Amino acid sequence: MANGSGRPLSPHLQVYKLPLSAVMSITHRITGVGLAVGTLLLVWWLVAAAAGPEAFARAQGFIGSFFGLLLMFGWSAALYYHLCNGIRHLVWDAGKSFELTDADRNNKIILGATAVLTVLTWIVGLAVW
Amino acid sequence: MASNSKTLRSPLQVARGLGSAKHGTEHWWSQRLTAIALVPLTVWFVFGVIRHLGADHAAFIAWMKSPFSAVMMILTAVVTFHHAQSGLQVVIEDYVHVEWQKMALIIGIKFLSFALAAACVLAVVKIFIGA
Repeated sequence: MANGSGRPLSPHLQVYKLPLSAVMSITHRITGVGLAVGTLLLVWWLVAAAAGPEAFARAQGFIGSFFGLLLMFGWSAALYYHLCNGIRHLVWDAGKSFELTDADRNNKIILGATAVLTVLTWIVGLAVW
Repeated sequence: MASNSKTLRSPLQVARGLGSAKHGTEHWWSQRLTAIALVPLTVWFVFGVIRHLGADHAAFIAWMKSPFSAVMMILTAVVTFHHAQSGLQVVIEDYVHVEWQKMALIIGIKFLSFALAAACVLAVVKIFIGA
C-alpha cells in the first residue's frame, strides 16, 4: 500500500481483492436495499387481505408460484443476513468486538447462522404448507 | 469557554451538541432504536408468515382479528418502513452527489415509505374491526 508518502492508501476497488469483512459490510447494505424493495410484497399481502378473498387469493397465488417462492427465498436469506449482521453492528455500537480475530470469528458465525436459519425456515415452511 | 479555550463553537452550540449536521445523533439513534425493535418483531413476523404461507382468506382474517397479532403487525410495518427509509437515506447520501437529485430521492423515498406504512396500518385496522 505504499504510495511514497508513507501514508496508508485506500484500496483500489477494481483491482483489490476485498477481504471477507469488506464483502460482508457491503452485503449488509445490499440486503438492506433489497429488503426495502421486498416490503412491497408485504404491503400487497396486507392490502389484498383487507380487500377481500379474491385479491388475497391472487397475492397468495403469486407468493406460491415459482417466481414468488424464488423471491421469498432470496428475501428470507437477505432478512436473516441483515438481522444477524445488524446484531453485530449493535455490538459494535456498544463498543465491543473490534479486534480482527473477533471480526473473523463473527464473519463465520453470521454466515453460518444465516444459512442455518434460512434452510431451517424453509424446511419448516414447506413442511407445514 | 474557560474549560476549552481553543474551540470556535459558542457555549450555546456546545450545550446543544448538535454538530455540523444540525441534528446531532438523532438519525443514528433512531436507526439503532428501530433496529433493536425489529429483532423481536422480525422473529414474530417470520413465524407468522410460515404459519400462513398457504392459508386461505378466512385463516388470515382470523389471525389479524387477534389484538396481539394486529398490534404486532402494525408495529412490524411501521418500524420496518421507518428503518427502511432511514437506511435508504444514508445509502442515497453516500452515492448521490448532485444536490437536487439527492434531495428528490430522499424526499420521494420518505413520502413513499410513510404512505406504504399507512396503507399497511389501514389494512390491518380494517381487518381487525371487520369493515
